[in-house]
Amino acid sequence: MANSCKFPQKPHAKYAEVSDKLWMTCRECGDMIYSKKFHSNSKVCPSCGYYAAMTPVERFELLFDGAKFETIEMPIPSDDPLKFTDKVSYADRLKKYRKSTGEQDVVQTAVGKIDGVETVVLCFNFAFMGGSMGRAVGEGIMKAAGEALARKAPFVLIPASGGARMQEGINSLMQMPRTLMAIEDLKNAGLPYIVVLTNPTTGGVTASFAMVGDVHIAEKGAVIAFAGRRVIEGTIGEKLPDDFQTAEYLREHGMVDIVVERSELKSTLGNVLSLLTNVKKK
Amino acid sequence: MVQLLPFEKSLEKLEVGTPAYDKELASIYNKLSSYQKTLVSRHADRPHGLDYINRIFTDFQELAGDRFYGEDQALIGGLARLDGMPVVVLAQEKGHDIATRQKHNFGLAKPEGYRKAIRLMKMADQFGLPVISLVDTDGAFCGAESEERGVGEAIAQATAQCLRLSVPMISVIIGAGGSGGAIAIAAADKVFMLEHSVYSVISPEGCASILWRDPMMKEAAADAMKITAQDLKKMNIIDGIIDEPVGGAQRARFDAMDSVKTFVVKELKALMKLSSKDLQTQRRKKYDALTR
Ligand SMILES: [Zn+2]
Repeated sequence: MANSCKFPQKPHAKYAEVSDKLWMTCRECGDMIYSKKFHSNSKVCPSCGYYAAMTPVERFELLFDGAKFETIEMPIPSDDPLKFTDKVSYADRLKKYRKSTGEQDVVQTAVGKIDGVETVVLCFNFAFMGGSMGRAVGEGIMKAAGEALARKAPFVLIPASGGARMQEGINSLMQMPRTLMAIEDLKNAGLPYIVVLTNPTTGGVTASFAMVGDVHIAEKGAVIAFAGRRVIEGTIGEKLPDDFQTAEYLREHGMVDIVVERSELKSTLGNVLSLLTNVKKK
Repeated sequence: MVQLLPFEKSLEKLEVGTPAYDKELASIYNKLSSYQKTLVSRHADRPHGLDYINRIFTDFQELAGDRFYGEDQALIGGLARLDGMPVVVLAQEKGHDIATRQKHNFGLAKPEGYRKAIRLMKMADQFGLPVISLVDTDGAFCGAESEERGVGEAIAQATAQCLRLSVPMISVIIGAGGSGGAIAIAAADKVFMLEHSVYSVISPEGCASILWRDPMMKEAAADAMKITAQDLKKMNIIDGIIDEPVGGAQRARFDAMDSVKTFVVKELKALMKLSSKDLQTQRRKKYDALTR
């Protein structure tokens, strides 16, 4: 978002296209992988560790004990507040993404146990319009945080977003203060708020709810940025180092607590939740 | 004499101050497009943050630094009096010539600017001083050093700090309200815009190059995003519009600034009648309802 700071990279779209095939080729190492194996391995290449984006349901299955969870219905505000049209109308774009993902918008929420701790988890679906933040995302986060508050449960938020949904204009920007207010309620209630930063988390999302967690966990190699690399390279007129704006880079610069492999995510999260809520691990 | 904008060329042949000139000026400014307003909001002669500080506040004492890393002159802060009342003032400043633009980094604040704002807002809370912010930025600074020092986190925390104040906060968009760089000091109890200011999630140029893949579509992008004070008031995103002199604030700088003062003082006095608790309840309701 912000002054033409648009993050250009699309993560691992290739995997989504071939997921129904029996065999697939790893985009990184070129190895042939048995599709089922790839999926049972949380969409991580068994040869090289390269990973693909996960849908919210896949995340929930990965994180909740016994893959058991209850979904919380997300509010869907009325469509297209500005009646926005660029080359394509926003209404048509929404239609297209609803068809391709089977979901109404970006965020989904579920409640279940993580290592025995009842937790509300909200997850972004990058496949829906690049996980962009509009009113549906804002309302979803407010509802999910409210659910955590009502259950006196920790709140885990897993963003994957290109930033603002420009088609909603200022309505998108206003979700920054609105979501921050919802998160503030959790802090006042002494409930843990944990952000699991995944690839990519960029733009306005990193300038609001995604950067105010009590604990920030990031998936290895994930790009986490306010302004896009290309915008910055354009400004300074030189190439930035390869690890610029990666999870590891953010940890080195004090913005992320823990960098994890996807295989360690559940146990790390479970341990942090258990320590913060003092519930014995089961 | 102010520099004419591209759509003001018809004024060239007219003598300033004549009825014909006034009529033409009024007719141009009665039907400004969204993108023309964007150009007015960026006019070099438009009063900037520091102009307002010098004109409408008294006893200004600048306070510098974020106590972590550095000082940022893109976002000026300090103590001052407004109509005799002590306040904390935050103002983005773009600069007006090469030297001052460099000094103020074109109004593009870095993390330390937002962290200074947080520090001063906390101070306002501690001493019970209202906060007045004057917003005029194309956005936060997009550079490696900004990312290194966590500009996103700084903006998020500044926005959260606005929302948790126990004192009243009023924001006025005096020129450009550029996305996250603006909201960080504009999540206020009352947000007002000057008549020809703009407030948007991305610049028209940025939006055009991303969605249309053609920066020349900036006018269409400006219209589509609904970025003018008039549009935003209609959508209840802002609380009010402060009229500018005919022909824009750049043509009658003192009049423009003085009307901001009158407007803000009146609004501030109303907010100061509320208890902290009522203020926070009202703010909560405002942001809950926003965009719904
Ligand atoms: Zn591989």
